[in-house]
Amino acid sequence: MAEASSAIPVTVLTGYLGAGKTTLLNRILSEDHGKKYAVIVNEFGEIGIDNDLIVESDEEIYEMNNGCVCCTVRGDLIRVVEGLMRRPGRFDAILVETTGLADPAPVAQTFFMDDEVRAKTKLDAVVTVADAKHLPLRLKDSKEAAEQLAFADVVLLNKTDLVSPGELAALERTIRAINPTAKIHRTERSKIELEKILDRGAFDLTRVLENDPHFLDADDHDHHHHDHHHHDHDHDHEHECGPGCTHDHHDHDHDHHHHHDENGVSDIHDLSVKSISLRAGELDAEKFLSWIGDITQTDGADILRLKGIIAFANDNDRYVVQGVHMIVEGDHQRAWRDGEKRESRLVFIGRNLDTDRIKAGFEACAA
Amino acid sequence: MVGRLPATLHDGMTVAVKAGPHTLITGGEDGRVMRLDASGNATELKQKGNRWITQLAAGPKGVVAWGTGRDVTVRFEDGTTRDLKHERTVEGLAFFPKGIRLACAHYDGVTLHFPTEVKSSPQRLDWKGAHLGVTVSPDAAYVVTAMQENALHGWRLSDKRDMRMSGYPAKTKSMSWSAKGKYLATSGAPAAIVWPFLAKDGPMGKAPLELGTRGDAMVTEVACHPEQDVVAIGFSDGLIFLVRFSDAREVLLRRPGAAAITSLGWDTHGARLAFGSENGDCGVIDLRA
Repeated sequence: MAEASSAIPVTVLTGYLGAGKTTLLNRILSEDHGKKYAVIVNEFGEIGIDNDLIVESDEEIYEMNNGCVCCTVRGDLIRVVEGLMRRPGRFDAILVETTGLADPAPVAQTFFMDDEVRAKTKLDAVVTVADAKHLPLRLKDSKEAAEQLAFADVVLLNKTDLVSPGELAALERTIRAINPTAKIHRTERSKIELEKILDRGAFDLTRVLENDPHFLDADDHDHHHHDHHHHDHDHDHEHECGPGCTHDHHDHDHDHHHHHDENGVSDIHDLSVKSISLRAGELDAEKFLSWIGDITQTDGADILRLKGIIAFANDNDRYVVQGVHMIVEGDHQRAWRDGEKRESRLVFIGRNLDTDRIKAGFEACAA
Repeated sequence: MVGRLPATLHDGMTVAVKAGPHTLITGGEDGRVMRLDASGNATELKQKGNRWITQLAAGPKGVVAWGTGRDVTVRFEDGTTRDLKHERTVEGLAFFPKGIRLACAHYDGVTLHFPTEVKSSPQRLDWKGAHLGVTVSPDAAYVVTAMQENALHGWRLSDKRDMRMSGYPAKTKSMSWSAKGKYLATSGAPAAIVWPFLAKDGPMGKAPLELGTRGDAMVTEVACHPEQDVVAIGFSDGLIFLVRFSDAREVLLRRPGAAAITSLGWDTHGARLAFGSENGDCGVIDLRA
């Protein structure tokens, strides 16, 4: 397997038709960054893409012959990445633009399940462009819209000029309810600084969550709201915002913050994708690793993504986990810093997740 | 003697190369298909297009097939063509020995066409999963595919009986039939995995030969000698062995290089072996020397 440093980074751009993916793609390509990109698109759309190396491919889902329905990969990506990597040196990174109806799971899983793709490339981040005007409708009439948000490491809430500040705040609550760990950026015409979407290392265990000082801080009570336990799960009100709100162009923090004490998650009550945010003190390593292995096997089909930072008893290093469906990866990341609170935080994003059972299982791992 | 014959055939990368009888067929990311003959004359078989040519096959009497996405085109020596559509992307192409039948591997199986017979309906060989490459035995009795999940699948055409050949640690990318089709040599393990097809049930219930086993490198290419029961084996570190089936005796043909062997090919009578590697290092090994 190639060293991580030499692996070509891959950024996946998802989002509904018309949300602004191609505009974002052209922004990435046209900026003066000195980098060369290979672009993989499903079809040449109406907006031209200005790049030397564009590969068109049919989105093709391959189920693995292991009896697992969620073990799917994108056959076209395996083929195209392999073709591109035959002649390295022509490009520095790969951008994959999916169709609006694409399921992001097989895209992400391709970079973990196919040995050759994994050896030569690394998935950097899933960037989802959401059209502020049409997102509520999309969430109601398609399951892909929620899945694309669920999978996102970065969400561009685009076309913000077409909706009111109140609507925007509600949209952010909705996105946050689906995905409490994604960074959310408000944009117009997909305008964003590239460092906010590229080189995120969102799947890199040495970096995952490292950039998220507020990981889970403000949002966990949203999702526990429905379980009526009301045990004392750290309502950390000293933090004003979730991870998406750490950027200076946001002025909606208070609105955001106050709202979620009341109405559980969002103004769209029939969200099929939701998240469970868990928090505990130090865990027993053996119990946790056994539990996370089991839960991703039994509930893997319903788990879209998971991310966590775990504090193991008698262990000076932070342990980080991330996963997609049944694939779960974990590793020690770095030593706990002085003054850093040794606690374990874990987020599941998925559908039909049994909050009580998952929570009980997690808490039973306590050291 | 080895000569050098440079020819620029494509804009951008050449995606697929196939050696036909006395010719080389190439497909590029420019969508073009070219034929280069031994004296260096290039002929365009298909004009440039939008999509990569990802699959190529060459048969006897100048018949050539290329695949781009779900579409396959067969071109006969007289220049006429026949288009064959598929529901899924074609991941592998192979002509039957006489060149009148074509196997197209795709998701969930293989489709067998008689390209010259417009009225005949294609035959399907079904097996769930992604089939990434296909080969036909020299006696036309077996079709074998390489699959996404590190296994081979085979069909005996007389009764469509399935056979599954598994246990590979990596994907099989290279398959080569020995002289007269007695063995099928394959890549995807630290040794060349060589399945016996001598008995009437083929490899069913039999263990394969494991030739040229190494501890620290994977087999990436295999090419059986055209006349004798020996196989050239290329490895991920650039080493090439020649190994005899009967006693597994190894001869070192090339020491490890900078990159994996990605291509091996014998001349007609097996006097010379050409090799290519991932980083562009290539050469010809003359066994008469």
